[in-house]
Amino acid sequence: MPRVTLNGVVVDVADDVSVAAALMNLGVSARRSVTGEARGPLCGMGVCFECRVTINGEQHERGCMVKLRDGMEVISDGN
Amino acid sequence: MTAIDTVIIGAGPAGLAAARGARSVGRSALVIDENWSGGGQIWRGQAQQVEGVAFDFERQVASLDELSYKRLILACGARELFLPFPGWTLPHVTGAGGLQALVKNGLNVQGKRVVIAGSGPLLLAVAANLAKAGAIVLLVAEQASWAKLSRFAFGLWRSPSKLAQGIELRNSKYRAGLWPVEAYEGSVKMSDGRRWSCDYLACGFGLTPNLELARHAGCAVEDGYVVVDEWQRTNVAGIYAVGEMTGIGGVEKAEAEGWAAGSGGRLQGEHGRFVKLLETSFALRSELRTLATPDTIVCRCEDVQFCKLDGLTGRRDAKLQTRCGMGACQGRICGPILGFIQGWEVDRARPPSVPVRVKDLCSKT
Repeated sequence: MPRVTLNGVVVDVADDVSVAAALMNLGVSARRSVTGEARGPLCGMGVCFECRVTINGEQHERGCMVKLRDGMEVISDGN
Repeated sequence: MTAIDTVIIGAGPAGLAAARGARSVGRSALVIDENWSGGGQIWRGQAQQVEGVAFDFERQVASLDELSYKRLILACGARELFLPFPGWTLPHVTGAGGLQALVKNGLNVQGKRVVIAGSGPLLLAVAANLAKAGAIVLLVAEQASWAKLSRFAFGLWRSPSKLAQGIELRNSKYRAGLWPVEAYEGSVKMSDGRRWSCDYLACGFGLTPNLELARHAGCAVEDGYVVVDEWQRTNVAGIYAVGEMTGIGGVEKAEAEGWAAGSGGRLQGEHGRFVKLLETSFALRSELRTLATPDTIVCRCEDVQFCKLDGLTGRRDAKLQTRCGMGACQGRICGPILGFIQGWEVDRARPPSVPVRVKDLCSKT
């Protein structure tokens, strides 16, 4: 069971959970749009780029395409 | 590096069948997919392997120049068509297949109230899967009329295997001729004026093929699909296209085409009729073109409102004047929308097919 940090909170997540799904489960939106709107995942399959977050310091990663792995650190702009 | 005979992009039903086909005639094969496991959207999360075939997961092909192969089989599948209406950018509004994909990757919908809306048989599959995951599906709204749906159901009797695949039009929450007109925090108003409170609004208006790599390669595209012959060959030597890229027709067609391309055989079976049946039964009604109000966002990456497109002549013009289609998704979402609402043709496609970091670009050259 991976232990990860989502917006500074340490949580244990199930195996095979995407970053995007984990953030939705916490009720956190993924990003702020260029005019400041809160956005969450739309397509769920790597197409729309609405679920972009910072993962292990890399910005603009698509949360829906990344499986949470032990020790991962995720920061989202939305909340 | 040992040269691989057949490189396949996409590990969905078409790509996997292509890999099996290639192995059946002793060709070496590599399957590349951007997801962390195989199966594509439909079999997501169910382990799919092909003996003797190499898989390269979590790899996105930005340019075909990255690859070396004798034959390239494009099995890139399809994405959902989304349409803009007031409130569609709210965080609880997702795709229909989109919400299903998120659930398959760990989203918990236990006890969540969901309205599913849009068009196509996928809506019912999504409803069944979400219910299985514990969601309360309040409504499944299909924009097509009952008259068109009954023709679809009737047409299915000529393809009995489709019925066996579980295309099922009976669901007590299913309504025809109904579509969303406005979403709010925690609710949605439908075209009959009724408002539904919901935790998620899952909305998809059918599927549109992923043609980016085919266009980069110079493959001919006609009426929105890659043109292929009976062997699934495109007009570009050595490049094949299979599955949804050549016509939205589901698993059976995808597997038959994949097998043909992989094994070098001729396509078996008649699949065009089902593609046409889907197209005509679930054709989008014209009212859906006018759901967006002047301040509705059309391009979600750059937050371009619908009114900003007034007086513009096409996608290139919109890009230059408003940045519409120039954001991270590179027009994947707003492009098909503008095709449907404005009748604007696709702009020229160039690599990279996805945003690439400068450091990665530098490491490749």
